[in-house]
Amino acid sequence: MKLEKVKEVLNAKVFTGENKLSETVNSACGCDLMSDVLAFVKDQAMLLTGLVNPQVIRTAEMMDMKCIVFVRGKEPDETLIQMAKEKNIVLMSTQYPLYVACGRLYSRGLNPEGIEIDG
Amino acid sequence: MDKSIVLKYDVDGNDFSLAGEASSSVKKVLLSLGFDPEIIRKVSIALYEGEMNMVIHANGGVITVEISPEEIHMLLEDTGPGIEDIELAMQEGYSTASDKVRELGFGAGMGLSNMKKYSDVFIITSEVNKGTRVEMVVKNKQ
Repeated sequence: MKLEKVKEVLNAKVFTGENKLSETVNSACGCDLMSDVLAFVKDQAMLLTGLVNPQVIRTAEMMDMKCIVFVRGKEPDETLIQMAKEKNIVLMSTQYPLYVACGRLYSRGLNPEGIEIDG
Repeated sequence: MDKSIVLKYDVDGNDFSLAGEASSSVKKVLLSLGFDPEIIRKVSIALYEGEMNMVIHANGGVITVEISPEEIHMLLEDTGPGIEDIELAMQEGYSTASDKVRELGFGAGMGLSNMKKYSDVFIITSEVNKGTRVEMVVKNKQ
């Protein structure tokens, strides 16, 4: 799924990385626990989380993630935006809660099979 | 690269927002040297977990990384409180981290086991009230 589609599906606001929205992600993970992201995530290019702090950017950097979506309307401050910019990570924010945001993406094709699920 | 490169970092134990700077810097160096992405990721995760541990538990410390074509050798030394029962600390889910640390998304008790998982050699020694020493090696693909 292209990041511009992610933006559309989540009605998201983009804070940095507007020029990278044509890039594609094939999987995502929704998690507030960075320890678990580091321990269990494999090749997921996008992180959806309700946690907003520098360690989220850092974790995404270590895991080679392309995009972070903050859920529940949480927004990054200028420090985080700068950090993400330096590390070439796209930052978005959506009003949807984590569960709903993940569900919307999953049902629109961001799932292991890549199929859209009629609902 | 013919010779090995040695990088040394003083990890500040008082600023959570800076935690991860050293790992980030090592990752950049490895990228610039053209290491395999999988190797870089293993080093990044193992080192980042170690660096977070230093900040969370030991009020900082010193990280020394030696990069050679054969392997990446990481040494993390601190003069923190030490670990009384290493076997217990290695168990997934066991943590002594504070609520403040948990709010940052850490302290789930996965750090040490994760460091072991992503490194090819993992040696930890610790003495209570003296400090902890962690040695990790990630071997390069030949």
